[in-house]
Amino acid sequence: MLLRHTPTEIKERSALSINPAKTCQPIGAMYAALGVKGCLPHSHGSQGCCAYHRSTLTRHYKEPVMAATSSFTEGSSVFGGQSNLVQAIDNIFTIYNPEVIAVHTTCLSETIGDDLTQITRKAHEEGKVPAGKHIIYASTPSYVGSHVTGFANMVKGMVNCLSEKTEVKNGKMNIIPGYVEPSDMEEIKRIASEMGISTIMFPDTSNVLNGPQTGRYHMFPRGGVSVEDLKSTGDSMATIALGKTASSAAALALETKCGVKCDILDLPIGLHGTDRYVDALRKMACVSVPDSINRDRGQLVDVITDMHQYFYGKKVAIAGDPDQLIALTEFLVSIDMYPVHVVTGTPGKQFEKTILDLTKHLPVKVNVKSHSDLFMLHQWIKNEPVDLLIANTYGKYIARDEDIPFIRYGFPILDRVGHSYFPTVGYKGGLRLVEKILDAILERKDRDAPEENFELVM
Amino acid sequence: MSTKESLKYEVNGTEMTPEEIKTDMTRIYPSKVARKRAKHIMVNKVCDDGCVPEIESNVRTIPGIITQRGCSYAGCKGVVLGPTRDIVNITHGPVGCSFYSWLTRRNQTKPEAETDENFMTYCFTTDMQEEDIVFGGEKKLKACIQEAYDLFKPKAISIFSTCPVGLIGDDVHAVAKEMKEKLGVNVFAFSCEGYKGVSQSAGHHIANNGLFTHIIGLDDTIKKGKYKVNLLGEYNIGGDAFELERIFDKCGITLHSTFSGNSTYDGFANSHTADLNTVMCHRSINYVAEMMEKKYGIPWFKVDFIGAAATAKSLRKIAAYFEDPELIAKVEEVIAEEMPEVEMVMADVKTRCNGKTAALVVGGSRAHHYQELFSEIGMTTLMAGYEFGHRDDYEGRKVIPTIKVDADSRNIEELEVSADEVRYKPRKSAEELAKLKEEGIDWADYVGMMPEMKDGAFVIDDISQYETDYIIENLKPDIFCAGIKEKYAVQKHGIPLKQLHSYDYGGPYAGFKGAVNFYKDIDRMVNSKIWGYSKAPWDLNPELSAAFANS
Repeated sequence: MLLRHTPTEIKERSALSINPAKTCQPIGAMYAALGVKGCLPHSHGSQGCCAYHRSTLTRHYKEPVMAATSSFTEGSSVFGGQSNLVQAIDNIFTIYNPEVIAVHTTCLSETIGDDLTQITRKAHEEGKVPAGKHIIYASTPSYVGSHVTGFANMVKGMVNCLSEKTEVKNGKMNIIPGYVEPSDMEEIKRIASEMGISTIMFPDTSNVLNGPQTGRYHMFPRGGVSVEDLKSTGDSMATIALGKTASSAAALALETKCGVKCDILDLPIGLHGTDRYVDALRKMACVSVPDSINRDRGQLVDVITDMHQYFYGKKVAIAGDPDQLIALTEFLVSIDMYPVHVVTGTPGKQFEKTILDLTKHLPVKVNVKSHSDLFMLHQWIKNEPVDLLIANTYGKYIARDEDIPFIRYGFPILDRVGHSYFPTVGYKGGLRLVEKILDAILERKDRDAPEENFELVM
Repeated sequence: MSTKESLKYEVNGTEMTPEEIKTDMTRIYPSKVARKRAKHIMVNKVCDDGCVPEIESNVRTIPGIITQRGCSYAGCKGVVLGPTRDIVNITHGPVGCSFYSWLTRRNQTKPEAETDENFMTYCFTTDMQEEDIVFGGEKKLKACIQEAYDLFKPKAISIFSTCPVGLIGDDVHAVAKEMKEKLGVNVFAFSCEGYKGVSQSAGHHIANNGLFTHIIGLDDTIKKGKYKVNLLGEYNIGGDAFELERIFDKCGITLHSTFSGNSTYDGFANSHTADLNTVMCHRSINYVAEMMEKKYGIPWFKVDFIGAAATAKSLRKIAAYFEDPELIAKVEEVIAEEMPEVEMVMADVKTRCNGKTAALVVGGSRAHHYQELFSEIGMTTLMAGYEFGHRDDYEGRKVIPTIKVDADSRNIEELEVSADEVRYKPRKSAEELAKLKEEGIDWADYVGMMPEMKDGAFVIDDISQYETDYIIENLKPDIFCAGIKEKYAVQKHGIPLKQLHSYDYGGPYAGFKGAVNFYKDIDRMVNSKIWGYSKAPWDLNPELSAAFANS
């Protein structure tokens, strides 16, 4: 047993977090920044944060993740990090020549009170920012929220630093995709494009963190939202923001700054979530839904109806980020599965209400907790076993100890590939999720079957 | 004059001297940065008496330079204390630091029984929130320690401070002391805030001091075993320690305590009763070896178990230390038994790898040790460097007296160590030590990486991403060894990268069986067809044939 010390008996913990189901803000900010074309993320703090964030993102995406750091030592921690950051900006533009530097703080620079607005202004005044180049920034203290909060803050930073309103509308729809995989961003764009809608997606990590092997390394890959497009977001017809936790801050900031109306939806995971996304696109852009999308939808519904017997009444434990968990819970409930244990590490009371609301008609008790951890989830599972566990890579320890079918989902996935290439959003993504769930359940059924019941056909 | 052959380089069809390459490599930098970086980039040149050029290292990374380096916390918790399975390691800080150091170094561990303690799969943190930063986190830390104790009843609990903890001034040591008295188990803390020092190396030093102050020497039980050896600076990545344990066991040498691969708290506590300290990773743990020599009289020497010849040499050195003909014979017997398989694979792999080149920038010893494995299969190291090495790791310990101590190093505490009144027991007399030295045992010494590299090879300290790309594009090594952050960028260039911090999912690479694994992995990587796939057929042969269109 790998988690041999986890007791079944649950004792209330007031202070100790064990096996967290979240991580810290700057990594989310770094991920968001990578979705800007020609952008080098910059971590303002000591260099360990930057190293850890780059390592974890690299392990998750299996792609280069470049970022610079202010390399604080004890001196900078005492006297402030201004000179480090100004020097870093100068060096970065000279050596690596990005279009944009996206600076985020760490708990170190936040605690000593470094003011990024003032420091970046100084860098501009001192001529450290070449003409036509940009700095965007966000405050991302690690002791508030989680990696999702950091993502949200950096996306908001893009709006704050770059979005502009001119008198000329661009005829485009802004889409803020949420803290999802590059493959998901691509699929969210594809759906809109299939409906004939021009979009500006920000951030957009497709073609950045799932790029091709060409034998040539480019520090700044082809993908990402351009600065020009980011500026233009203030002239778009509307914004669709997907996932409240990750995307509403930027959508609301853009509405306030440039008067672009926004619609904040849950992530388009599963049938109903995707229906709402497609419907919102249709209404906001005044277009009709093309046959190709109806066909994708029909295929998903078809497989769900065909395979219903394998889903019905199965108990599921899920851990991950709030936006994903809300959408996943709705999806699981829609196919008659019972998400009985739901844990997120990200703080926020609304989350628990939303999950309980989505599951209130189920004939089983649902445990839900925000700002909780995988230790708690494991204890719940020990008390009320499940048929399936859906969590990030760290869930594999629980799955092995408790002998539960397991699907890797969320962030980070350190030991498998696929997530950055195949979407789980949209109808096609729904189909992939259904396939993964079925595979997990049926593989288990095959494994456990006595020889006389080992089946060949359905 | 050295008679050694010096490396030559051909860049884009023209021969360039290493000095010309160096000048070209630093051209892009702002002049101040170029001046600084030039001191970290050395063209190797070994004099007859072993002297090498002076390299600048263990100084601050220039802000904005994309660096491989991590922080003090990573060195302390991640590297040194992390691999010990039965200590509850609590990270005091916001959630991130603990999360990123949770099982990510592939330190394997194997408790003897199913019921034995193993906390390595757990990640413990105070998950500090804004109010803890504003009002202080000591109360929460105390509650955490209590909760951890109530849940797990461990024999020891340790606390690791992260950046904000140092800034707000939580007294983690006072909390540890108080909780130690209250709970009756060993509770101790490390002030390893990320901003301390200039790299992971500061954290190693802090960890060493903590181990020495709080654990080593607590248990005086004299354990069984004929030749009791501690192995320091071995972290059981990918099962390295398991292979070394197998070899030691076969030789009849008792692996008394390891620091800290597959290690236990009790092993640390009792380690001062061993007969000899051997040091693998000089950088991460030489402090413990030195302090144990002063306080307990245990001599130490450097060993290297990376590579078959290095393993054999280290085993012979240990046997020579004990001066027991029976052990010396046994070690020879084991080497003779193990070598045929190694030599067979080495010879086979060499037919395909001979003449190929490698570059290594990793850690603070591995970039040195692994060169021997490469040379065994005929590969040359064109460039090597350390992420967090000091001058002695590059140039050898003889330069220690001449190392300038700057403010960043001065911030890391040096312990005052003297002989323990009760426990100090010289293992060998001065005469015996001198005699063994004459016979070739280099007590408390380390020759460093540069004297063992070819003339004209590049030695680069704290390499930047720009320099990494430059080296790959111009020196065109056949394989690059570094860590996960570098892996995929290097591979986009079209050459393989072997992770030498974690070995990817491979290993072990230590000892005899490890050497075999490594030869095979490198053979697979440098001779694989896959690196030729990046161009599509239509890119290789773009001319069009109109045969089908016309028919």
